[in-house]
Amino acid sequence: MKTKDAPVTKAYDVERIRAQFPILRELVHGKPLVYFDNAATSQKPRRVIKAESAYYATINANVHRGVHTLSTKATEAQEAAREIVRRHINAQHAHEVIFTGGTTASLNLASFSLGQLVLKPGDEVLISGMEHHSNIVPWQLACERHGAKLKVIPITESGEWDLTQVPFSDETRVLAVSHVSNMLGTINPVKELIAEAKKRGIITAVDGAQAIAHLNVDVQDLGCDLYAFSGHKAYGPTGTGVLYGREELLERMPPWQGGGEMIDTVTFEKTTYAKLPFKFEAGTPNIAGIIGLGEAIRWMEDYDFAFAKASAEQGKSAFAAHEHMLLERATKELLTIDGLRIIGTAKEKVGVISFVIEGVHHYDLGTLLDQQGIAVRTGHHCTQPLMERFGVSGTTRASFTCFNTTEEVDTMVTATQKAVKMLR
Amino acid sequence: MSTTMTLAQTQQELVSEFAMFSDWQDRYEHLIELGKDLPLIAPENKTDDNLVRGCQSRVWLNAQLKNDLVHFTADSDAMITKGIVALLVRVFNDRTPEEIIGASTDFIDTIGLRAHLSPNRANGLSAMIDQMKRYAVAFSGNASTA
Ligand SMILES: Cc1ncc(COP(=O)(O)O)c(C=O)c1O
Repeated sequence: MKTKDAPVTKAYDVERIRAQFPILRELVHGKPLVYFDNAATSQKPRRVIKAESAYYATINANVHRGVHTLSTKATEAQEAAREIVRRHINAQHAHEVIFTGGTTASLNLASFSLGQLVLKPGDEVLISGMEHHSNIVPWQLACERHGAKLKVIPITESGEWDLTQVPFSDETRVLAVSHVSNMLGTINPVKELIAEAKKRGIITAVDGAQAIAHLNVDVQDLGCDLYAFSGHKAYGPTGTGVLYGREELLERMPPWQGGGEMIDTVTFEKTTYAKLPFKFEAGTPNIAGIIGLGEAIRWMEDYDFAFAKASAEQGKSAFAAHEHMLLERATKELLTIDGLRIIGTAKEKVGVISFVIEGVHHYDLGTLLDQQGIAVRTGHHCTQPLMERFGVSGTTRASFTCFNTTEEVDTMVTATQKAVKMLR
Repeated sequence: MSTTMTLAQTQQELVSEFAMFSDWQDRYEHLIELGKDLPLIAPENKTDDNLVRGCQSRVWLNAQLKNDLVHFTADSDAMITKGIVALLVRVFNDRTPEEIIGASTDFIDTIGLRAHLSPNRANGLSAMIDQMKRYAVAFSGNASTA
């Protein structure tokens, strides 16, 4: 533990963090970039960018294929990244970590393979009303393939699961829910729900896309069977992702894609599959990206000591504490704007704030904020059913990260006030 | 006034108008003002069929042939988008189908608008122009036989 610094509140040195991100020197429309779209994708620290380009410059070769030196080095670097991920999410085995193209690919793998394994006509898959389309559509497709039905946990006015109305049934085979909502910021009580599902023998999958950069994710503590996340939302490269799966379940799950890397022996009559994790990693992986992802996690652990240790000690994440401070400030200040309504007022939230303003369209607001150098997300955030639940066509969303500052929050609030004046 | 101007003259007029503004705020305020002059689409024509595909905010566009001239009406739920449609309508409204089909749209780049639009909006802008030209093409056969 790095305790030589003063307590977190005093020691959090945002300038030191900012210095790690080359993109923060960019100007947008002549103004310093205020990047509040971290939930869509996070910016990359220099170390990650360097790790990825160093791979290409020094050890680029295909993995698991050659006996030559570069191939061995590339393979070692990729497998080292797998071990970093294993340790970070506290999986039992490195081969429980499957590299994918992102959360979407992970969830497609999970739903396709689990569908084959367990879904029969009349069965049910249970999701929640706040899921990203990536955690809705793949399950819908699986349900269509196998004649199963999709059931949905309703969402309360504050943007939380209504735990009094969870439609578990004897037919429920799979529970697939998000750890953190990308639109509302809600941190869901996944551990409790998973425990309930386990009692009923239901397989559990978690969409961790919005959790991985903010929470100390411990898959064994959560008790989930599957856990999906994207590298690019956790300071890592785009096109990288992980599907964690419990060994025993992964062994039983059939492969999703066929090709090179995932086989043991191939004849035209019958193919036998490689062992875990390669059974699920057909084709040449995103080697450079995976190495970058490993570096991103190490970077998080270096700069945020809470991420550096497994959950045995529940250290409070310094990043999360900083982001929470920004969230509280933004919430308080934005609410002074006439006609502004925050969507997502759960008690437990990450640094995500979604809002609508009476008489102001989110695209107009997003455009006028962009003119002032501020990047926010506008629209339905790939959560159309959730938009319908709250009776809005879209929201403006600001999402905070470790390098954002209170000054940037103030800039956004002032810029919003200015935009509202122009639009009314 | 604009009825007596040619299509090219109207474009030139818009270019001069926008050239007066040196900062983004004035430019956008002007765009929002333009939106207020947009000939509004009749409520019954605000149908899904009249939605312009490719726009992130909702844009409805309708056209009718009156005295061999194409008459546009439109609306949008976002004000900046409405301003953009209004700008296009000002240029293309009450022109012959042939004029619209043959018109260059370089003025949009000259105004410097495209550079200020996100790719989403720029796509929306192209979608609106395409839709207007499609109406003109559809009318071009009718006009000559009428
Ligand atoms: C909650 C959630 N799930 C899934 C995804 C999909 O992630 P990706 O696009 O990286 O596959 C996102 C990304 O926006 C998300 O926020």
